[in-house]
Amino acid sequence: MNNELIPHVGVITDIRQDTPDVKTFRVNSLQGGKVFEHKPGQCAMLSIPGVGEAMFSITSSPTNEEYMEFSIKKCGCLTDWLHQLDVGQQITIRGPYGNGFPVDTAFLGKDLLFIAGGIGLAPLRSVINYVRHYRDRYGSVDIVYGSRSADDLVDYKEIIDEWMNEDGFNVYLTIDREQQGWDGHVGFVPNYVKELNFDTSKTVVLCGPPIMIKFTLAGLQEQGFSKTQVFTTMELRMKCGIGKCGRCNIGSKYVCKDGPVFRCDELDELPDEY
Amino acid sequence: MYYKMKVEKLPELYALIASEKALYLPIEQAGAVEFRKWDESSCVRLDCLNTLKSAKGVFLPQSENLVAFKTEGKNISVIDNSETAFPFVIFGVRACDARSFDILDRVFLSDPVDTYYKTRRDNATVVTLACNEPEETCFCRNFGIDAADPAGDASAWIVDGELYVRPNTEKGETFVSRLSQLLEEASDVEKLEAAKQSVRDILGKLPFAELNLDRFKGDNMLDIFHDPAWKSLSESCLGCGTCTYVCPTCQCYDIKDFDTGSGIQRYRTWDSCMFSDFTKTAGGQPRPSQVERFRQRFMHKLVYYPMNNDDIYGCVGCGRCVAKCPVSMNIVKVIKTLGGEKK
Repeated sequence: MNNELIPHVGVITDIRQDTPDVKTFRVNSLQGGKVFEHKPGQCAMLSIPGVGEAMFSITSSPTNEEYMEFSIKKCGCLTDWLHQLDVGQQITIRGPYGNGFPVDTAFLGKDLLFIAGGIGLAPLRSVINYVRHYRDRYGSVDIVYGSRSADDLVDYKEIIDEWMNEDGFNVYLTIDREQQGWDGHVGFVPNYVKELNFDTSKTVVLCGPPIMIKFTLAGLQEQGFSKTQVFTTMELRMKCGIGKCGRCNIGSKYVCKDGPVFRCDELDELPDEY
Repeated sequence: MYYKMKVEKLPELYALIASEKALYLPIEQAGAVEFRKWDESSCVRLDCLNTLKSAKGVFLPQSENLVAFKTEGKNISVIDNSETAFPFVIFGVRACDARSFDILDRVFLSDPVDTYYKTRRDNATVVTLACNEPEETCFCRNFGIDAADPAGDASAWIVDGELYVRPNTEKGETFVSRLSQLLEEASDVEKLEAAKQSVRDILGKLPFAELNLDRFKGDNMLDIFHDPAWKSLSESCLGCGTCTYVCPTCQCYDIKDFDTGSGIQRYRTWDSCMFSDFTKTAGGQPRPSQVERFRQRFMHKLVYYPMNNDDIYGCVGCGRCVAKCPVSMNIVKVIKTLGGEKK
């Protein structure tokens, strides 16, 4: 019988300093290759034994056959430890957990609008690179991404070198405040999305700090988008990842198992506790 | 088919069961009656209606090791230290606690299965004991539980100095067949039925015998969630978690690592949604005050759990929280207030 609470051992094979407080960790199985397969938007439990275990979204696309990546912001006990690790360090990993984004159903054939704030890009990157891989299955792709400053944009190199050159992709970057050396857009994501005045037929994938999600969603609705077009992914405290420990319970749902991806109209049916 | 023997022979019965399998019974130690492993020196308390903590700990221990790790330099090795499975009998489980096993089964045996829990369930024979003298705090009747005729692999009754036993499942049949040297077939079943009826009469007259649960339906989830009464109900709550620890159906758990000096143990312990750090993350706190935490516990038992589990409530009416809450707040008051009885 498979014991879901006993993790695999993985090894960190690359560490990229994305921003002052975000590092992207590349993880392989001890034999090389990936520890397990996943769907875009799914998560994994990473742990340093003796320190703790926590849930992170898998930021690499499942179409990447060589490794998995996790973009992790330094903001707590475990993430502080992770940020101190070197290449070659082993960690434990279990998963994949959660439903993932509906890339093979609701997203098929649709024009996609990705809206991300800060580290909120991490779960969307998996979908964006999946869409790039299966480019003919989807329509146009617009990406609005903002952060506090130009230094806080995660995956900046990939955005500039790859996403901006992809056929049918439009990328709009913004930072919260003016900064020397930045000649791009300045302003908060919700306002920028309004300014860009997107066609309301698009399917929206939204992730960022709760306050940004709240205002962006309200703005989209003002412009004529329906909540049924907007998908988001949630983050709550989790221990088991399999819908039993009770931490991520909201209403009749467990975010680790029934989510983390929800259509925004589905969230209206749940108690507002996230 | 019912079997019986004189209650004086109970120590012989325990010894006979324990000669083959581990035996758990309500046993008093340092003033507290709990389900513990029996040996000849044990002080068995079959007369105790509610053990201090419920019987769930036999299947979901308050603390258990899940897995261990050894680290050497940058390397980690995972050591599966799941206990070796051993068959056991848990004897003297009351009807309410027996129902709690069904409630926990739906959580821990649903996909993906919790292997620690399942191993214990598979290896257990549950022998229940009918209640003779229910307490004023008992309200199992509201959840369709018959304390006079409890479920389990086998059921037992103590009536007029005799122990009656009835197997209900294959495991129960095996249990009874191994005790043939002590048990005889019972021919006076009428006496037992009369005893059951008199207990049912008492159960029907208890103060909380008729709670109105009509409002607690999934369709009313948001309506109940937003009920202003949660504020006053939760005002006295200390957030101590006693209700959770004595509750037979509370299932939330924590996973933590402990460095023993010679290796790292990852263990699981009971946890409580009543605690302030239960949902706290680096990013925020979705339940910032005791109102939200208090509401979560009761919403889960009365609304969320039934929504996912064929309308079965996540409460068995054992009354432990009614007896133990230091500020006398409990699920009965919640049901009465939100159910409209006190308005």
